[in-house]
Amino acid sequence: MTNLRLYVNGDRHDLDVEPRRTLADALRDDCGLTGTHLGCEHGVCGACTVLVDGEPVRACLMFAVQAEGSSIRTVEGLAPDEETLHPVQQAFWDHHGLQCGFCTPGFLTLIAGVLEKDPEASEEQLRDALSSNLCRCTGYQNIVKATLCAQRVMNGECGGCTHLGTGEQGESSAPA
Amino acid sequence: MSGAAEPQTWTGRALPRLEDPAIVRGHGTYVADVIARDVACLHVRFVRSTHASGRIVSVTAPAGVVVFTADDLTDVQPIRAVLHRPDFVEIGTPILAEGVVRFVGEPVAMVVAGSEAEAEDAAELVVVDIEPLPAVLSAAAALAPGAPLVHDSVPDDHPNAPNTVVDGRITTAGVDAAFDGAARTVSVRVSSGRQSAMPLETRAGHASYDRATGRSTLHATLQMPHVTRTGITDCLGIAEDDLRVVAPDVGGGFGAKMTLAREDVALVWASRRLRRSLAWVETREENFMAAWHSREQVYDIDGAFTAEGELLALRGDLVCDVGAYCCYPVTWAVEPLMALAELPGPYRVREYDVRSRGITTNKCPIAPYRGVSRPMQVLAMERLLDVAADELGLDRVEIRRTNLVSEFPHKAPTGLVLDQASHQETLQAAVEIADLEDFEARRAEARQQGRYLGIGLSCFAERTGYGTPAFMARSRPFGAAETRKPLITPGFERVVLTMDPSGGVTLRIGASPHGQGLRTTLAQVVCDELGLAPTDVRVIASDTDATPYGWGSFASRAMVISGGASLLAAQELAERLRTLAADRLGGLPADVELSGGLARLRGSEATVAIEVLARDTYHSSHLLPDKGAPALETVGLYDPTGTFANACHVAEVEVDPLTGQVEITRFLVAEDAGRLINPSIVDGQIHGGIAQGVANALFEELVYDDRGTLVTTSLIDYLPPTVAEVPGIEIAHLETLSPATVTGAKGVGEGGTIGAPAAIANAISDALRPLGVGIFHLPATPGRIRTAIREGRDVRLDRHPGALPTDPPADRPAEPDLSAAPLRDQDVTDHRRESRRTL
Amino acid sequence: MKPRPFDYVRPETLQETLAVLAEDPDDSKVLSGGQSLVPMMNFRLASPARLVDVNRVPGLDGTRTDGDRLVVGARTRHVALEHTEQSGPLGSLLRTAASYVGHLPIRVRGTFGGSIAHCDAASEWCLVAALLDAEMTTVSQARGERVVPAADFFRSIFTTALEPDEVLTEVSLPLLDDTWVTGISEFARRAGDYGIVTATAAVRVVDGVVAEARVSLGGVSEIPFRSAVAEQVLLGASYGREVVQAAAEAAAEEVDPPSDNQGDSAYRRDLVRALLPRALAVPADAGSS
Repeated sequence: MTNLRLYVNGDRHDLDVEPRRTLADALRDDCGLTGTHLGCEHGVCGACTVLVDGEPVRACLMFAVQAEGSSIRTVEGLAPDEETLHPVQQAFWDHHGLQCGFCTPGFLTLIAGVLEKDPEASEEQLRDALSSNLCRCTGYQNIVKATLCAQRVMNGECGGCTHLGTGEQGESSAPA
Repeated sequence: MSGAAEPQTWTGRALPRLEDPAIVRGHGTYVADVIARDVACLHVRFVRSTHASGRIVSVTAPAGVVVFTADDLTDVQPIRAVLHRPDFVEIGTPILAEGVVRFVGEPVAMVVAGSEAEAEDAAELVVVDIEPLPAVLSAAAALAPGAPLVHDSVPDDHPNAPNTVVDGRITTAGVDAAFDGAARTVSVRVSSGRQSAMPLETRAGHASYDRATGRSTLHATLQMPHVTRTGITDCLGIAEDDLRVVAPDVGGGFGAKMTLAREDVALVWASRRLRRSLAWVETREENFMAAWHSREQVYDIDGAFTAEGELLALRGDLVCDVGAYCCYPVTWAVEPLMALAELPGPYRVREYDVRSRGITTNKCPIAPYRGVSRPMQVLAMERLLDVAADELGLDRVEIRRTNLVSEFPHKAPTGLVLDQASHQETLQAAVEIADLEDFEARRAEARQQGRYLGIGLSCFAERTGYGTPAFMARSRPFGAAETRKPLITPGFERVVLTMDPSGGVTLRIGASPHGQGLRTTLAQVVCDELGLAPTDVRVIASDTDATPYGWGSFASRAMVISGGASLLAAQELAERLRTLAADRLGGLPADVELSGGLARLRGSEATVAIEVLARDTYHSSHLLPDKGAPALETVGLYDPTGTFANACHVAEVEVDPLTGQVEITRFLVAEDAGRLINPSIVDGQIHGGIAQGVANALFEELVYDDRGTLVTTSLIDYLPPTVAEVPGIEIAHLETLSPATVTGAKGVGEGGTIGAPAAIANAISDALRPLGVGIFHLPATPGRIRTAIREGRDVRLDRHPGALPTDPPADRPAEPDLSAAPLRDQDVTDHRRESRRTL
Repeated sequence: MKPRPFDYVRPETLQETLAVLAEDPDDSKVLSGGQSLVPMMNFRLASPARLVDVNRVPGLDGTRTDGDRLVVGARTRHVALEHTEQSGPLGSLLRTAASYVGHLPIRVRGTFGGSIAHCDAASEWCLVAALLDAEMTTVSQARGERVVPAADFFRSIFTTALEPDEVLTEVSLPLLDDTWVTGISEFARRAGDYGIVTATAAVRVVDGVVAEARVSLGGVSEIPFRSAVAEQVLLGASYGREVVQAAAEAAAEEVDPPSDNQGDSAYRRDLVRALLPRALAVPADAGSS
């Protein structure tokens, strides 16, 4: 067993784990952050994607001990606060970018990482990045739409979609 | 989102889902998350057979390893699902392999340890000694004379041929005459490789045991919690209420999670034995090996055509490789019997002689996977029509126009009744959008550059929302009660709709969502009746302690059946609210409108808040008109015969003749699913289904080697598409309101998988016509296409089943001649509503 | 799918790394990017008793020019080479080859040297190293530094000349001037998959005539395959579509590819035939299939 300290979403976690504990398992089981999911454990599906020092990484292909000293960000760390969503999260909600939701955290961190690092990325580059992760439910159409929408919002080109279908009835159907 | 004006009602609105905010924040709870939060639970790992067939000689483990085998489970009954028909072979599935193993991956033992990693370590120490026995690894091998039997417990006097587990046939009286009189008989054989539903979340379970009550709770990733509960308690011999089953968030199902897993039974058993919480998370490798295969089918069909292309009659010999065991609850007959009943699809066929068989082999058992047999049925019919058009010198669109049903209701020779639909109209719409003239111009230009473009279409009817009557039709009485097991006929759905004192509403349903947004769409349906907003409605599902017994979500049924039941319950609750309001406001219930949380008397300013009515009903019942307080709780029950959505898919492809690579350059759909409750959710289902259809057509195949070992056990070998492989999808919606579904919605979940493979196969065949290559086997991989081009032949099944016996065994009662039965009005009009809801 | 237990060491210097490896060479494995090693460990196909994590060791990454060669540190991440500012035909070859390596998250962690030491026959970097006769510098405590040329380095499937107590520290590649034409064309089923067959080529053309020719093929044998026959066809010929096509034909004849679930032998030959012209951006004549 090894003592290690991880910084995740700005919080410090002190763990005592075997070296063979992957970063994904450490986040889920030892840090209580179960938003990061395991879909294959061999680095193909991308459901375990997290940001390590701002770069998207397969958490199932890193051991927790390797992440010492790095700044880790998971899906739970994307939203700025309890009332507001990260533009990528908001865009996925607005554009029906998720169905079962299992692949969603991996896509959210991937896209947030890519857009935060490269806000001017072309659609082709974004699609290439999106091809890193598998989704079984959506057929990707709305994931692409949500990604491009998030980019426009993050670049200030668009204020985001009015929350569709709520205005008429006079009540917001948008719990944050 | 669309250019059209937003509808005034909740129904029809592309409302963002209520489920999403939690999930996008990472607060979804899947079974592995339940496990992660139970630090004290123990972990299970299954030790699985490495032989396709063999006798278990011994299972040994070093001291200190906690291991269970079938020897420990002597009080546990096998999983058993049957159909009542003489050609059905009843086989139970033992929870852990008993005496023999029948496929690579079959669970033989289970170890229990303190963590997942330790359980994996322990499993490696278990030694399973198997004496290999001959295995059959294809339907052809299983049917060959002298083939080893996958199950030797089948009685000698069973009417079926060896290794044949169901053998259905429907024959109409005039079929021979129709073929004799035909201008041309066209024959095709189509086939598909084995597919995996491959949800992104593998199977998983967490079983806990309450010492105080003796009850177990199973959290599992399921599409059918109640049926799972019944199935497990049947096996364990405990009272059904001693088990609570909860499906938390489910990471995709596609059919693979509507089938009872032996591993879940084992998990609950072991949890009760050890009186501890136990957890199991399947690896991706295990999911490929042992979690339900599908679609390995070969269809030989002949069509009798007139010179003008009218399809008079169909003959067929359909063979499905169903693997080693019978799935529960729909049985291993699900693929062959669905194909038998539905092969003609949306086409008018008068005479019919089709035999459909399920053949057992030493491979992972099959279970329904989105579309089940329909992708193959459509592949067969659509390739038949394209080939017939070629042979008869007819236009491919015209031959479909000639044969698509256009008068309703239409009774197929199989007894199926097609209800009001728009087959001709969706074909027309798709063809217009496709702009064939423009395509031909582009194709000609591409030919100049040595490039090969093709366009293909497929028309299909998607059977949806079918309840008990449909499942009942798979069985037929055959005399003495020879089976020991009751027939399971899924179908009905019941909901309980309750308004609480605050005016909030809960809707408890028996269906079980796994990504299709039921919590949002059912709220939309209910809110229109009650004058509330969807955030006032909480849909409670997937907990057997909290919901009425239901069949779960599969077969594109949830919106039709559960939605129908919800609508009925909401209409009744609305009526009660109107009565209470009328009494309060001094008018008639028929003059009360419910809207925006208020009850308003039409033509007056008088209103009362619905929440006030609710509070008074509970706390001030002395104010109510009748002293027996009308409960603000209603029950909706719905069990329809079923309906059919329809669509036409068009695919454009470019094929690289040197590498065989296929690029889908355009994909469009004209579809009719009746009333769209939530258009964006409908589109999402179509998108996802088409992606899986693309996968079936071009990418995915489970491959066994000649020892019966599954070769494709990772995502490096089994190839679900990424965004790069799925084309942009254009969708046009038509809307036919059918009386067969009370909400007006037809189911839509499976259409994408059903139509896309055929459209793509037709498109590739169209592109490669100059090179003499037609596609008759899927997936049409680049290697197969390139090899076919090089050898100047079609893409076909490599090792075809060879001559299959065609004579039915003697002494088997014939299927009833359903075409002679009069069309019953109640097939179609049972659920016609007097008051039609308008948009 | 969890790996078997192992000890983990994270040396801070190269010396420390070498000392650790010297202690127990047969049971130790260097952990660099981990994108090839860790999946194998998760599948329990590889279970080193000790992982030596070199990610904190200074001096192992980055590129520099040394005379007429480009020296690439072994721990240089794929993503760094995807954006390398190296100019000319070498730079474009590196950027293109890097973009074929897996997906973005794989490229963020995976390393150039890690791929080369792993010796997967489908690996783009192994192909490039073989193509350009790269020189691999390896170091051990016992024997110090040695340089192994690519022709000696790749031995057989997943096997290189690296001794168990050695670390690959850097790889040098020849700088290529503008008389060179380079290219890589990979055929994979999906975006980011391993190539079934990959063709790389580097051709030096002077006054329209091929002065030097290098052709390296992946997926046709256990290690990267230099097609001597294709190179012969090209050498001295007038550079253009016809000769490239002929070279592709010759290479397709020369190779003896395996048959497996990804493709049979005849199909891999077809791919060689199709891909070599594409690597050199010379479209194959479709009519000659």
